[in-house]
Amino acid sequence: MNERSIGQSLSRAGLTLVRPRGAVFLLLLVLLVWITVLNPSFAEPGQLMRFIQRVAPVAIVAIGQYFVIVSGEFDLSMGSLVTAQVVIAGNLIGQDDSRSIPVLGFMLLFGALIGLINGLVTTLLRVPSFIVTLGMMLALLGGILFWTGGAATGNPADGFRQIGRGGIRDVPIIDFLPWSALLLAVILAAAIWFSRRPFGKSLIAVGDNVTMARYAGVRVWWVKTSAFILSSLSATVAGVLLVGYAGVHPSVGRGYEFIAITAVVLGGVVLGGGRGWVVAAAAGAFALEALFTLLNFAGVPSTMRDAIQGGIIILAVAYSATTFRARRRRGPLETSPAMGKRPDPTLDPVSPALQDREPAGQRTDNGGI
Amino acid sequence: MTTRRLRLDNTVIVLFALIGVIIIGAVLVSTVGRNFFSDGNIRDILTGMSVLGFVAIGQTLVILCASLDLSVPYVVSLSSLIAAETMQGRQENILWAVILTLLVAAAIGLANGVIVAGLKVNGFIATLGVGLIIKGYLATEYKGTAGSVPWEFQLVGASGLGPVPISTIIMVGLAVLVALFLRKTRTGHHMFAVGGNPAVSRLSGLRTWQPVVVAHVMCSVMAALAGLLLASRLGVGSPTVGSQGGYDLLSIAAVVLGGTLLLGGRGSIWGTIGGVAIFAVLDNVMSVMQVNPFLKDVVRGIVIVAAVAIYTGRAIERRRARFSKDASGSAGTPPVDAEVAR
Repeated sequence: MNERSIGQSLSRAGLTLVRPRGAVFLLLLVLLVWITVLNPSFAEPGQLMRFIQRVAPVAIVAIGQYFVIVSGEFDLSMGSLVTAQVVIAGNLIGQDDSRSIPVLGFMLLFGALIGLINGLVTTLLRVPSFIVTLGMMLALLGGILFWTGGAATGNPADGFRQIGRGGIRDVPIIDFLPWSALLLAVILAAAIWFSRRPFGKSLIAVGDNVTMARYAGVRVWWVKTSAFILSSLSATVAGVLLVGYAGVHPSVGRGYEFIAITAVVLGGVVLGGGRGWVVAAAAGAFALEALFTLLNFAGVPSTMRDAIQGGIIILAVAYSATTFRARRRRGPLETSPAMGKRPDPTLDPVSPALQDREPAGQRTDNGGI
Repeated sequence: MTTRRLRLDNTVIVLFALIGVIIIGAVLVSTVGRNFFSDGNIRDILTGMSVLGFVAIGQTLVILCASLDLSVPYVVSLSSLIAAETMQGRQENILWAVILTLLVAAAIGLANGVIVAGLKVNGFIATLGVGLIIKGYLATEYKGTAGSVPWEFQLVGASGLGPVPISTIIMVGLAVLVALFLRKTRTGHHMFAVGGNPAVSRLSGLRTWQPVVVAHVMCSVMAALAGLLLASRLGVGSPTVGSQGGYDLLSIAAVVLGGTLLLGGRGSIWGTIGGVAIFAVLDNVMSVMQVNPFLKDVVRGIVIVAAVAIYTGRAIERRRARFSKDASGSAGTPPVDAEVAR
């Protein structure tokens, strides 16, 4: 590689960092540096591993939510599903280590079933996914609390909890490698692989323009249903990790659907579908947790966390929305000659191509829900 | 003309659903030896309707504009606190407290609207963010209930004309006003236009931000009225009263149950009131039959999905006929229409 191309790739990397697609990495970097300044021991490998262990369930849920959001839908049932799985693990495994494997299998099946129901009702019965998963959220949480009588039961056997809290000890440099970090790495790798396969491409196509995708021969119902199944499975895995990390309680997992959506949106994924990158979604989860850690170290009262989180997500999305607009000028509409408005070729060299690609009015920034 | 017939049809379907729910409910209630149509029971149902009704009327406007408002539960809580703290149990403060509450809520709605329409942030995220900001403020400033409401103001929530509570009368009155607003005013019409297709509305020369901002302001003011009503019922302001009620998601569910499209552009206030009534009847029947409170949520979840499933099938059928007749929908139809055209 000669010097010029290195310079080029560096500048390209720099450009990516300020674009919405990459801005989350910049944000994450800033937050991590900031935390390290406040608390230098954070940068020690062991501490970083602990941090990753804490983020893992959120990141996994965000990866699952990414698939649903990029296909143009919502999954609000994730939080309830996490709670349900946590309670199922606590009740069915009990103190009997030998039940771990069969119950784990049952939990995965249960998760897949919930995803299948969400997906089929959304695609075949044509109920908006917002409503389907909202109903599922109420029904799951109510059902699980009804089953347990509303009281938390004991934690499951320690062997099962090791998945969330244990790891490989005495690893060189990092000292302790949590299972959850490994699991996150595996799931992220699988998610990247999924996104690069035809499945991932059709998912984005469906989210961008369902009609075009259908004409191109995509089985829309199956692609969307698979996305819901993936998201429910990821909620299941997060539940398994949280049983180990946080224990069994009906409030574990509460609000996870909104945290996941926030993380995904922080990662520059557009609500309404069709645009996004799974790695950025996972990075969004890391940025969100880093933000919480930072607020913790900075001594901000925990009650103000919500307010700051709210401000940050508005700013992040406003940033990406306005940048997209500046770059595309909402492409098709404003550059069309019929508009009577002078197109601005200097600002917008890509718009003619976009104009060909997207019919007018198919995609808007707000209308995608 | 077609639009008007369509809107009427939607509302009629919701009305039939409501009548169906009432008949089933009445039969179920009579099996445990109680009278569904007794004065007390009707008052219970109507009382249950009013708070969610206020929130859902505002939510309808926002959803018509293809946005969402997830900040309503926190606006409700904040309003109850502002009202109760300003009144301090004194009658002469009532008017000022109500005005102040509505002004604060309008400012929040304005912020929502500007973030959605001006900064182009998706309504889901914008209002979630604003909601979180208010939630953080509430959690930091208040440890529990605060303020107190004078007796005269408590009467609003407690008294009624025969079996009809005053609060429900106010709610229905506002529904009439908002329905007139949608049908008679320019901004009302523009809400349908912008929600249906912002691109076409802009090409037609509308200021597309204006209806969105107005809808958000009205939605927050409606949520504030719900908060005032709750303050009047509780006698104090509470920082958690809104989030406990789950008004964000329930109001969206009621709006969609009432036949308003989540994608915006189609819907009606009366459908929403029907949706709210269905919820209220359902809750009442389950309470009378002493269903386990956790099981109630299961039933509620299933009913929401099932009702919307039955409903969307019909609504889409109607829309299809309309668009093929017009033969003009090919350029600018929103994604759902295209999906149907398969």
